[in-house]
Amino acid sequence: MAFAIGGLGVNCHSTESAVTTLGESSENPSREIRTVALIGPPNSGKSTLFNRLTRLRQKVGNYPGVTVEQRLGLLAGRGHEIRIIDLPGVYSLTPYSDDERVAVDVLTGKMDGLPRPDAVLLVLDVTHLSRQLVLAKPVIALGLPTFVLLNMADIFAKGGGSLDVLKLAEELGAPVAMVSATLGTGLDSVERFLRQDHDRRPDALLPVLPVLHDLPQCRKWASQVGRRIDYQQHLPSVWSRRLDDIFLHKLWGPLIFVIVVGAVFQTVFGLGQPMSTAFQDLLSKLGQQAAPLIPDGILRSLLLDGLWKGVSSVLVFLPQILLLFFFIGLLEDSGYLARAALIADRTMRSVGLNGKAFIPLLSAYACAVPAIMATRTIENKRDRIATILVAPFMTCSARLPIYTLLIAAFIPNRPVVGVLLGARACAMLSLYVLGFLAAIVTAKLLKSSVLKSAAAPFVLELPEYRWPTWQSIGLRLLDRAKVFLRQAGTYILAVSLLVWVLTHLPLHNGHAPQLEQSAIAYLGHGIAPLIRPLGFNWKIGVGLLTSVIAREVIVGTLGTIYGTAPATHSMTLQNALSQDLTFAGAIALLVFFAFAMQCTSTLAMVRRETNSWKWPALQFAYMTVVAYAAAFAVNQILSALLK
Amino acid sequence: MLQALTLTMTLRESLAIPLTELEVGEAGTIDHISLPPAGQQFLMRVGFVPGVQVRFSRRAPLGDPSVYSVDGTEIALRAETASRIMVRRGWLSPLGDLA
Repeated sequence: MAFAIGGLGVNCHSTESAVTTLGESSENPSREIRTVALIGPPNSGKSTLFNRLTRLRQKVGNYPGVTVEQRLGLLAGRGHEIRIIDLPGVYSLTPYSDDERVAVDVLTGKMDGLPRPDAVLLVLDVTHLSRQLVLAKPVIALGLPTFVLLNMADIFAKGGGSLDVLKLAEELGAPVAMVSATLGTGLDSVERFLRQDHDRRPDALLPVLPVLHDLPQCRKWASQVGRRIDYQQHLPSVWSRRLDDIFLHKLWGPLIFVIVVGAVFQTVFGLGQPMSTAFQDLLSKLGQQAAPLIPDGILRSLLLDGLWKGVSSVLVFLPQILLLFFFIGLLEDSGYLARAALIADRTMRSVGLNGKAFIPLLSAYACAVPAIMATRTIENKRDRIATILVAPFMTCSARLPIYTLLIAAFIPNRPVVGVLLGARACAMLSLYVLGFLAAIVTAKLLKSSVLKSAAAPFVLELPEYRWPTWQSIGLRLLDRAKVFLRQAGTYILAVSLLVWVLTHLPLHNGHAPQLEQSAIAYLGHGIAPLIRPLGFNWKIGVGLLTSVIAREVIVGTLGTIYGTAPATHSMTLQNALSQDLTFAGAIALLVFFAFAMQCTSTLAMVRRETNSWKWPALQFAYMTVVAYAAAFAVNQILSALLK
Repeated sequence: MLQALTLTMTLRESLAIPLTELEVGEAGTIDHISLPPAGQQFLMRVGFVPGVQVRFSRRAPLGDPSVYSVDGTEIALRAETASRIMVRRGWLSPLGDLA
């Protein structure tokens, strides 16, 4: 297809050339819909709709800019397969940001590996129709069969809004339906639309949309359409404004912000710790139950001491990770996250970062990989790279296993600020703060040197508060649990196996060597001189080596090593560590993990998103050096103080 | 003729004040955006289109950014950006509003 973006009628510049290249449907002669694209402005509810239609889990948030890559799903229900592509939210089809480029590429069939969609579902938030309608023009002008879905019909109707749907369909030259993705109402019409055959739009219909030249004109057109369809705006919820009176209050706002963040950490640690302990008991009981079933000898050692100890030492952190994601989901879906971004903007600005960096940096608390994808909403290239480079400093959930393990082993459980904050939660919070400080200092360094640029305007949309739904949060937790279990079942299992084999080599007369004479000890002792100044023994050294793959792997590795060692065989990993590591060394290890870049998935993602090896290499080198230097300093200072 | 036109333009522009000068709760109509085209596009995409009504809803806890209500959406802008959006006080608008 000879199709240039300039001639697409994008952003209302001109519509005439859109007509010319359409009408050929050689790949799909039956004209039945096989691929459909879901498009709409940010926060219009596309992803919720996508979930409804595909019954697949997908990250949905009450926060603009959550979908950053097109996602594929299959339409649930009977009939032939229909692929649904969920596009990132866009304000227009002018490729202004990478998000919009993705959307335009998909819609014009320029995206590699994706066929051009046969139809478009345009999702508009009916409560903000005047603004959202601006996108309808360029999308309909693409000439694909388009179904306009006015989402949030429930909120709109409840607030007393109304409009003439038939009239709007006439104005747009496309079918229109009122739907509510959250409640699932009106969605049968979508299925009907997709299951029927469509002709490509006849050229004659296009002039319905007058050719307009700029955004003010488009907006004016939207206003006129609004008048002609008797659009009565709904009354915005009084609740949202009342809640903002509190959450954005001069005094209460920042105070609540701090309390919310503190409470999340306290709960994740305070409630998560006993949950993890209970889970650990269960897992080790399972191991003991299974032991008699396996013949004594090398096989039992491999399965129980090697694999089961390695994998289960990581599995025990599942409850805590799920708790953290539960809270992030709660904050995101309710709409509080946007308010938090607003309060945090002053800090972001002082380090020279774009305010939009807050979204990715916040998701980096869960995992840096989606966070780096989320930087696509940042239009400024240099700001975007700076955000990508600092994101892995934020304390991701993969650090939780080693953090929790060491804190439980070395920090006594006693209250610091009454019942509100215990010493362990305090330690955890400090590690989060440490990562955050490293991120902002690095950002400041980058922005004042290699990545200097003019500040882009900061625009943050504050969505109305909504009740988070159990379904949305549940799906998210399920998704995270799957990812975590997959990690445990693949990387960690493989590394545990490797570590176990190395602890049993070289064989002496068919017997495994003493741990100190094993290949793993040889490896560990090899790097021991390098890490001794940090207060780490050779076993930690092995853990550092294996955790280059992913941070949580160290726990599995240590689980296997200490599980094989006769002296610590019967102990929990926590007890074994508290005997085998000094306090200074443990704190140094925590600090090392706060700074070090141990995650191949993140490096691969940085490579993909920056399209060069330079940035991931720089990032890895920088973070490793910082981690080493900081751990060195911490160990030396603490050792001197505690003497 | 040309002079008269320039004069009207100047008069019109002089009536416009930066968005930041509105009182909290006060509304105005966007007149123009005094930024380079890229910046104008950026702001217009999120709803700050000349002719549209905008209301200063609230100041953020730390004074800046501030929240403005445009087309029924609450949007936060930093003062450095909001001060480039020129508005005329009051609700009168050549476009009218959808509501």
